[in-house]
Amino acid sequence: MTSPSSPSAAPPSVPQARVDELQQDAGRSGGVRQLLSGQVAGPLAALILAVVVFGLTTDTFFKADNFALILQQSVVVGTVAIGQTLIILTAGIDLANGAIMVMGAVVVGKFALDGNPLVALILGAVVCIALGLINGTLVSVFSLPPFIITLGMLSVVTAAARLYTGSQSYPIDAPLLTVLNEGPQIGGTTITYGVMLWIVMTLVITYVLSQTSWGVKVYAVGDNPVSARLAGVKTRRVLLFVYAIAGLIYAFGTWQALGRTPTADPSSYATLNLDSITAVVIGGTSLFGGRGGVIGTFIGALIVSVLANGLTQAGIDSLYQQVATGLLIVIAVGVDHVVRRRQVR
Amino acid sequence: MTTELSSDTTLLQARGLTKHYGHVVAMDNCDFDLRPGEILAVIGDNGAGKSTLIKSLTGAVVPDAGELSLAGERVHFRNPLDARLAGIETVYQELAVAAALDITQNLYLGREIRQAGPMGSVLRRLDKKAMRAGAAQQMADLGIRIQSIRQKVETLSGGQRQAVAVARAAAWATNLVIMDEPTAALGVRETNQVLDLILRVRDHGLPVVLISHNMPNVFQVADRIHIHRLGRRIALVESAHTSMEEVVAVMTGAKPPTSMHTVGADEIAVPALPQDKADNNG
Repeated sequence: MTSPSSPSAAPPSVPQARVDELQQDAGRSGGVRQLLSGQVAGPLAALILAVVVFGLTTDTFFKADNFALILQQSVVVGTVAIGQTLIILTAGIDLANGAIMVMGAVVVGKFALDGNPLVALILGAVVCIALGLINGTLVSVFSLPPFIITLGMLSVVTAAARLYTGSQSYPIDAPLLTVLNEGPQIGGTTITYGVMLWIVMTLVITYVLSQTSWGVKVYAVGDNPVSARLAGVKTRRVLLFVYAIAGLIYAFGTWQALGRTPTADPSSYATLNLDSITAVVIGGTSLFGGRGGVIGTFIGALIVSVLANGLTQAGIDSLYQQVATGLLIVIAVGVDHVVRRRQVR
Repeated sequence: MTTELSSDTTLLQARGLTKHYGHVVAMDNCDFDLRPGEILAVIGDNGAGKSTLIKSLTGAVVPDAGELSLAGERVHFRNPLDARLAGIETVYQELAVAAALDITQNLYLGREIRQAGPMGSVLRRLDKKAMRAGAAQQMADLGIRIQSIRQKVETLSGGQRQAVAVARAAAWATNLVIMDEPTAALGVRETNQVLDLILRVRDHGLPVVLISHNMPNVFQVADRIHIHRLGRRIALVESAHTSMEEVVAVMTGAKPPTSMHTVGADEIAVPALPQDKADNNG
């Protein structure tokens, strides 16, 4: 098959200029370029386009109060979607995240009834992390498919939350538990602590993903687990940590949710799993793993809220919001598919 | 040279390696010798037990019996990490790189450098600049042409991807590099690029164990050829002193190995014959 054409006896040496060029390139820092490259650029353009269109077509959209409202409407989905992003980056998926968050909420609600709200909040977080660890153990140690595992967990945890509460909801009145819905006046409108927390969490996870070796490993495991393992990455441990950290992020989602709606209701947020996947996908993270990031997810969550808010302001039937969101998902997945096909040679 | 084997003449040596899987004997009293600074091709028919031998050199298989020594010291590899810690790196048949990561991230995957001071120790921040500089140096040293060290591996051709895998192995190997069918998935031109690269790795002082089915490739780059048959080494020859036909005949059992100029463990000294194929030895 191969002709024995001999390779050049003395391997061609690379010109020094070329080496210098490479070294120079290596020296440049690539923070902003990296941030705006690929996945984030598309969603950001879509968000800006939506904002401009609604700003031009309605009188009420382009107002500071309305923007603050859009941010507040996005925090619960946006926070939970950070955890979902981590899992999808590893080529997994979490259908149980809403159920886990609600389980956390009812645990907080029940313990806060006649106990210390801080203790209740911590207990809720422990429950969320423990459920994340169960998912992570099944996915990493036993190599079971995340879709099926989390589908099962969705069923079990949803039922468990109802059994635990007797299908009742608990009012939340402790200030600590609703503090995320409050916040200082900035520029004539209220920016809630919840919105700030969401932004800070997005930045922290972005740092972890882009600046630490653990972040590189998350991408490597999602992109090509075989090569990651061959390179010495402990892929199972990375997966386990991803699901556990996602559990912790869902606990923050619990806190956000109690701020937004001060009731721990076991039958609330039934579609949060799909909403979070929507935000992740519209934000440009590939469902096949290894590509994307939480800034995209932040934008993705905002796009969904902007569409809902803008179409309402424009007086359009809310069913069209679902049509628009669905179209965006199809477009985002289509773009991802084209990008991946072009890059696999 | 003497007839006695010492660490001067052999870097990695195996004696009497044996491995059973149930009733199947995958390795039967197998020997192996690699000299410093050489490219040693390991060839054998399918099912001859090459991969079991290679896996026991990389720690992926623990032999039932036999001993392994590296630079004169007895070594026991219980897992691939042991072999890696001993300075043995492996390039695998499948293109074992992560496509969505860039060249630098692939070179440093699992061995990232953190920044000095609290940024590194507390905030675990990677020193991307140092890693990019190191990667650029490594790629330049090996003469691998790429546009940017930041290129994602998925934008590279198959040959360049395999070059990244070879560069990673060469960067971390302190003793030797094992390449398991590194050109099996590549076209003719890309195969030649990788073969060039293998020569350069050797010229940088790292011996290479090359497992290949492709005889022309083997004769293009190998200094010596280890012929594997029925779970053991049946011949060890200098590629300059043999022919493709002869090697294939011995490998398939059509010809007895005694017909060859064997350079086995017991007769490491070979009379200097006319170098009719000296160009193969670079």
